[in-house]
Amino acid sequence: MNRPTVRREAEAKAPTTTKRMTMIEAIRDAHDVAMAADDRVVVYGEDVGYFGGVFRCTAGLQEKYGPTRCFDAPISEQGIVGTAIGMAAYGLRPVVEIQFADYMYPAYDQLVSEAARLRYRSAGDFTCPLVVRMPVGGGIFGAETHSQSPEALFTHVAGLKTVMPSNPYDAKGLLLAAIEDPDPVIFLEPKRVYNGPFDGHPDRPIVPWKNHRLAEVPTGHYVEPLGKAAVRRPGTAVTVVTYGTMVHVSLAAVSESGIDAEVIDLRTLLPLDLETITQSVQKTGRCVVVHEATLTSGFGAELVALIQRECFYHLEAPIFRVGGWDMPYPHVHEWNYFPGPERVGRALRAVVEAD
Amino acid sequence: MLDDEGRAVGPWAEEPKLSFDELREGLEHMVTLRIFDERMLLAQRQQKTSFYMQHLGEEAVSCAFRRALNDGDMNFPTYRQAGLLIAGGYPLLSMMNQIYANAGDPTHGRQLPVLYSAKDHGFFTLSGNLATQVPQAVGWAMASAIAGDTKIAAAWVGDGSTAEGDFYAGMVFASTYRPPVVINVVNNQWAISTFQGIAMGGSETFAHRGLGFGIPSLRVDGNDYLAVYAAARWAADRARNNLGPTLIEHVTYRAGAHSTSDDPSAYRPAGSGSAWPLGDPIARLKQHLIVSGEWSERTHAELIAKVTEHVIETQQKAEAIGTLHSGSRSSKKFMFEGVFEEMTPHLQRQRKEAGF
Repeated sequence: MNRPTVRREAEAKAPTTTKRMTMIEAIRDAHDVAMAADDRVVVYGEDVGYFGGVFRCTAGLQEKYGPTRCFDAPISEQGIVGTAIGMAAYGLRPVVEIQFADYMYPAYDQLVSEAARLRYRSAGDFTCPLVVRMPVGGGIFGAETHSQSPEALFTHVAGLKTVMPSNPYDAKGLLLAAIEDPDPVIFLEPKRVYNGPFDGHPDRPIVPWKNHRLAEVPTGHYVEPLGKAAVRRPGTAVTVVTYGTMVHVSLAAVSESGIDAEVIDLRTLLPLDLETITQSVQKTGRCVVVHEATLTSGFGAELVALIQRECFYHLEAPIFRVGGWDMPYPHVHEWNYFPGPERVGRALRAVVEAD
Repeated sequence: MLDDEGRAVGPWAEEPKLSFDELREGLEHMVTLRIFDERMLLAQRQQKTSFYMQHLGEEAVSCAFRRALNDGDMNFPTYRQAGLLIAGGYPLLSMMNQIYANAGDPTHGRQLPVLYSAKDHGFFTLSGNLATQVPQAVGWAMASAIAGDTKIAAAWVGDGSTAEGDFYAGMVFASTYRPPVVINVVNNQWAISTFQGIAMGGSETFAHRGLGFGIPSLRVDGNDYLAVYAAARWAADRARNNLGPTLIEHVTYRAGAHSTSDDPSAYRPAGSGSAWPLGDPIARLKQHLIVSGEWSERTHAELIAKVTEHVIETQQKAEAIGTLHSGSRSSKKFMFEGVFEEMTPHLQRQRKEAGF
C-alpha cells in the first residue's frame, strides 16, 4: 500500500440504487464503502479479520482489502483502543470493534482519559478521528456480560460522540458519518435488531429487515448527519423519546395501546437533537422516555432534565421513564428485565391519563 | 561505555560515533535542561506556577535519545523527558509559557505544567494517566507501517508504571505486529515513594519483561550520554529497517524529588541523593570531553554562564507575558473551544450561559 489517499470525490458521484439489507449487512457495506473511498480507513478488533467478527459485521473485508487494512487483534480491549488512538493521531481513520459493549471496561480509560481529550489537551495539535463500534443490549440470552447498554458512560464524557442507530438505513449512513467525523465516535449497535425489527414480544419471530421499509439501503456513499433525530411516528397525545431497540418496542407499545403517540428515534445521543424533542413535547404536553439501560443515572435522567427545562410550562403530566431494572442482566429472566411493549404501554397510559 | 576516567571503551564505543561537536552540543542540551529545571523549580516556589517536575540526574536519557530520531518521528513521553524538546530545538519560551499557563501557552492553559504538546517536534501531548501512551505509540508505529511510511515511534514509561495493564497491552501489540517502535522504560528507581522493586516483582530487570514478548531488550546506563545514544541509535535503526520493536531499560537515578509536591527525605535513606548512583550525567560527559582534550573547566564555566544568561532572559520574556497568577493568560473563549472540532449545540449553550 502506498501513502494513504482519499478518493471521496469519485465515490460521491456513484449512482445511488437501493438494496434490502439487514443491519449487519448495512454496517458491513458502510465499512466497504469507507475503505474503498479512503485508504486511511483501517478496521480491526477481536476476530474481525479472517473470521469477519462474531456477528459477521466485517466479513469479507480482509479478503478484499488485505490484512494491513482489516485484521485480527489480540484480546486486549485497552490495546485495541490504545493503538487506535495512536493510529488516529498519525492520520489514519481506525474503526475498531469491541466484541460486546460489556467488554469495553478495560478500554474505558483509553476512551475517557485519552481519546476524548487529545484535541482539547493539545489545543488541536493532535486529533483523534476514531470510531469504536460495539454491539449493545439484550434480548439474545447473553446474560449479564453480553447484554449491557453502557451509553450513559460515554455521554457523560466530554469529547466523545455517541451514536445508536435503530435500523439498517441509519446504521450505514451514521457509520459513514462517524468514520468521516474528525472526533472520536462511540458507535453502539443494538444487537437485538441486527437481523430485523422487533416488537418486543419474546414469543413472536423477528420480522426480517428484507420485508421492512427501512431496510431499503442505498448502495454507495451517503451519510446521515450526527445529531439529528427522526420522528418515526407522528402523534398528538404524548411524545416517546427513545433510541436503539426501544424504538421498535415503543412503536409496538403505541400500536397495541391505541394511544396516538409521537415516537422520536434519537439516533445520536451526543450531540443531541434537543430541538426535535422540544418541538414535539411542547406540542403534545406529555412525554415518556424509554431506554433499555438500567434506570438509575441512565441517559433518560439527562433527557428528563433537559425536557423539563425546555418544556416545563407546556407539560401536563410528569415525565415518565421506562428502563431496565437496576441489576445485572438476569439470564433466564431477561424478558422480565427487558422493557417490553406492556411496560411502555403502562407508562403511556399513566402519562396520558394524568391530569 | 564511559569508564571511571571518562574514556569511551568497549565495542559500543566504535560505531556509531558522535563527533566532538555533537558531544559538546549534547552537553549544552543537558546543561540547558538542568538550568531550566533550577529556574522553574524556583519559579514554582515563588508561586509563579502551580507545579513542576525536574529531571535532575536523568538529563542524558532524553537528550541523548533525541539524537537517534529524525524529524517526523514521534515520541509518546512521560513528564520527565523535556530533554526531547530541548535537544530537538523546541523554543524554551514556549515551554515556560506552558508552565506559566500564560497567554503564550500553546495548550491554552488547559494542561498541568510540564505536560507539553508539540507535534512538529515529535512530542505527543502528555497524559497524566500512566502507561496509557505505550499502546498509543505502538498504534502510531503500526499506522506508519500500514501507510508505508519510514517514521518511527518511541514510547516512554517509568519503572513504576510498568505495573499498569496498558504497558502489557502495548507490549503484546508490539510483539504481534512488530511495528517500528522503541519502548523506553526509564528506571529512575523510584515511583514517587515506592522503590522500583515493587513494580518489578520477581524479575531481575525491567529489560527482562521484553524477552517474554520476544522483543529484543537492552539495559543501558542511563547516565552515560554515549551509551544512551548508542542503544537508541541501534533500536531506531532496527525500527527504521523494519526489524521491529526494541525495549530499552534506561537505568538512572532520580536525584531530586518526584515533583514539587513530594519530599524524598521522608522515604529515601539520608544522603542517598548526594551519593548519586551512576554519577552525574553532565559531569561524566564533561569528564569524557576533558580527557579527550576537547573541553576544559574554563569552557565548561563559560557554557554554564552562557546558558544561564539565555534561560534567565527567556524567563523574563515569559514572565512579561504572564505567570499563573499575574499578567495575561489564555483567553476564556478557549475554555469551550476544541472539545470537538465543531462546537456542539449543548456547549454553545453552556458558553453563552457562562458569559463568554
